[in-house]
Amino acid sequence: MDKLIQEYDARHAGNELPDFRAGDTVRVYFQVVEGEKVRTQVFEGIVLSRRGSGTSQTFTVRKVSGGVGVERIFPIHSPRLERVEVIRRGKTRRSRLFYLRKKKGKAARVREKRTFTDRES
Amino acid sequence: MSGIMARKVGMTRLFGEDGKVFPVTVLEAEPCPVVQVKTPQRDGYSAVQIGYHGKRESRLSKPVLGRLKKTGAPPVSRFKEVSMPSEEVSEGDVLDVSMFKPGEKVDVTGFSKGKGFQGNVKRHGQSGGDATHGTKQERGTGAIGQCATPSKVWKNRKMPGHTGNGKVTIRNLEVMEIDTERNLLVLKGSVPGARNGYILVRKNRLGRA
Repeated sequence: MDKLIQEYDARHAGNELPDFRAGDTVRVYFQVVEGEKVRTQVFEGIVLSRRGSGTSQTFTVRKVSGGVGVERIFPIHSPRLERVEVIRRGKTRRSRLFYLRKKKGKAARVREKRTFTDRES
Repeated sequence: MSGIMARKVGMTRLFGEDGKVFPVTVLEAEPCPVVQVKTPQRDGYSAVQIGYHGKRESRLSKPVLGRLKKTGAPPVSRFKEVSMPSEEVSEGDVLDVSMFKPGEKVDVTGFSKGKGFQGNVKRHGQSGGDATHGTKQERGTGAIGQCATPSKVWKNRKMPGHTGNGKVTIRNLEVMEIDTERNLLVLKGSVPGARNGYILVRKNRLGRA
């Protein structure tokens, strides 16, 4: 990619999010417009993938709500994205977890990543 | 209807304040020196010849250098004539992205990507036949005319052939942003051609804001 584009994107990147990756469980605070009002909606689930580069980066979050799988794609640099909280770090061997869509119940879990600092505290 | 030459850097996306996403093309337009001004008195019409594609002086031929010297222009290797009222500029002036302002509409002209020899489905948007059910007419051209009358194929019949790599103009692209410091021009939407290709960016011909 052209260096000028990368620099241009860097100047326009709006959000600073915590470092998270596929497999992590996150809580996403996203603004929803309902007519005149703006409300913050919380979406909590497992990150399936991160994709794109520059201002075009997005991530997919999946949760199971009432037995139905729900996925949302959030643009990382959207001004509507308020913040992202990482609730749990997942240990995965791949960067895209689309196989979770076919799994149910216990099989649809991601192992937790334990780090040295976690054990200490 | 003045304009400058710009290099296509690439595409990215911008967010509006309400979260709306705009696809944008980033163009880099180094300042274009005015090399020659054509006036109605002398040339019968008014236009401006601008230079672009800066190069080291040692890479230019002496005739070109001689021309540039006359107007004091920096070393450029390519020239383009742009229709423009000749009273507005004089030789030695430099045109840059500051001639545009955000919100303004511009027309862009460039060469589209070459696609080689293509069939009618891609070249003219014809729909093609069934892919299955025993058909032998999948992406073929189809009938090209009638029978004994008129006993010929009409001119302008759409047929396969070389596609792309032609001059394409796109009208009314909105200027999203200009960056005079870095000579960047950001347009909403796409422009013809591959990255690093040159694009002529003109002020909107119809003068619509």
